[in-house]
Amino acid sequence: MSLTAKTIAELREGMSAGEFTAREVAEAFNAAVAGAGALNAFTVETPDEALTAADAADAARGKGEAGSLAGIPLGIKDLFATEGVATTAGSRILTGFKPPYESTVSANLRTAGAGMLGKLNMDEFAMGSSNETSAYGPVISPWKRNDGGNAALTPGGSSGGSAAAVAAGIAPGATGTDTGGSIRQPAAFTGICGIKPTYGRASRWGIVSFASSLDQAGSMARTVRDCAILLEAMAGFDPKDSTSLDLPVPQWEAGLSSDLKGKRVGIPAEYRIDGVPSDIDALWDHGVEWLRDAGAEPVKISLPHTQYALPTYYIIAPAEASSNLARYDGVRYGLRVDGDGGLDGMYAATRAAGFGAEVKRRIMIGTYVLSAGFYDAYFTKAQRVRTLIKQDFRKAFESCDLILTPTAPSAAFGLGEKTDPLAMYLNDVFAVPASLAGLPAMSVPGGLDGQGLPLGLHLIGRELDEQGVLNAALAIEERAGFTHRPEKWW
Amino acid sequence: MSVNTEQVRHIAKLARIAMSDAEIEALVPELNAIIGWVEQLAEVNTDGVEPLTAVIDQQLRLRDDHVTDGECRDAVLANAPAAEHGFFAVPKVIE
Repeated sequence: MSLTAKTIAELREGMSAGEFTAREVAEAFNAAVAGAGALNAFTVETPDEALTAADAADAARGKGEAGSLAGIPLGIKDLFATEGVATTAGSRILTGFKPPYESTVSANLRTAGAGMLGKLNMDEFAMGSSNETSAYGPVISPWKRNDGGNAALTPGGSSGGSAAAVAAGIAPGATGTDTGGSIRQPAAFTGICGIKPTYGRASRWGIVSFASSLDQAGSMARTVRDCAILLEAMAGFDPKDSTSLDLPVPQWEAGLSSDLKGKRVGIPAEYRIDGVPSDIDALWDHGVEWLRDAGAEPVKISLPHTQYALPTYYIIAPAEASSNLARYDGVRYGLRVDGDGGLDGMYAATRAAGFGAEVKRRIMIGTYVLSAGFYDAYFTKAQRVRTLIKQDFRKAFESCDLILTPTAPSAAFGLGEKTDPLAMYLNDVFAVPASLAGLPAMSVPGGLDGQGLPLGLHLIGRELDEQGVLNAALAIEERAGFTHRPEKWW
Repeated sequence: MSVNTEQVRHIAKLARIAMSDAEIEALVPELNAIIGWVEQLAEVNTDGVEPLTAVIDQQLRLRDDHVTDGECRDAVLANAPAAEHGFFAVPKVIE
């Protein structure tokens, strides 16, 4: 088996056993990255960083001091600040920005011995579900439909570069961030695993902010075990993030068990919606049976405010974004465009040239819903509905331990196929409620649809119950037998 | 509620984004479609429901009031499009 076909757990084992070195692993993945330019998955490639970390890992292993990710080269979503390495957030407005600091999550990964293959392309400021809003062009999914056509498909978004790189085997794992589905939807579209932990588990410090009450970092990899390994290294209390949870990080990998005896799995009636392809409903039914086979008991539950989650999200997220993105003013970093010679003109010209259409749209919506006279009608109202959505979950978890739903209402679509912003927003219909409630949630591959494209199943857990989510995902992974990989064309 | 051309122009001004008349015109129906859609929240009864302020319940931490950072002016200015004499430089504001 080639090194790039191995999981993180297999790479770790092989390096421990002395079958190959971290340097060999880094070289193999560097070559894979260099050969996959057609995917446009990376905004910056950093092969030297990967080699330096690999050499350090080999030296540490020789001394018996290897960290949990020693010699594992990873892709880092370009939303994480990386010291001395360009960080763009997929936006033109951060052109030339080289952070003088490292995000806590990527620093934690480095401390564990991981290397960096490069920065992964993404929707601009993580605003998008198809990667088409990136200022650096969309990531192309490694997957193709089985119709003999050659249509370029989206890997999903916003963590599309992360998803494409892992699915294509050019990175064994990657960081993602999830504000309203940005880890889970691309994981589903590309046939990989992706977990968003409880809000506050992973530090937001050094992650370019989109919507601060929703943003959460997580891991993306080919297997549930690999996601657990990565998340364990990423998470942890950070005094530099005021919403970071001051709790020890559980040993999620050691705690993995697909025995679900005694677990009740909630099936929410409201997630059965019109217009979802029958393949997805059928997979959902399979998922229920797989979990039953693992010992769990399916129970019907109701999350009555589900239909209001998306409109709530599309008030709160743009409102927070309009505030967060006020910092891009042409003064401290990134792009500056002189306008009419004055200061206000410079701000407006810089932001006009630096932001893409979707980011401008969301800043405009956010500015409107926060403006005098509309704040209560829109923003406060949305925060009240958010309380109801949170209460829905709290009530549901009185009669179940986990919730199973499809991850997305469709398989991957073609680039350029969805042009209406509202239609694009609907792609996150199943992912957004858990984001609004801050709950841990994960997508795990379940099968292929009639077009030969991957579909994901989605598990939502109680606050802080990442272990329950990972274990149920493991039970599905063991039973779904999803071993499909995209055929290499790039 | 819906927005008209003048309101969109005002929002763009508040958001500090320069926009041509054509861009403003194109945004009016786009924003109205989104605003019309989010307004379905009006049908939800939220009487007596507190707005959510913290998604996971926790106390805001306090720290000791002493200097923990600083002495890094050059690093702070390193990414500035224009920096002069150890300061961020901006176009002249007062004549």
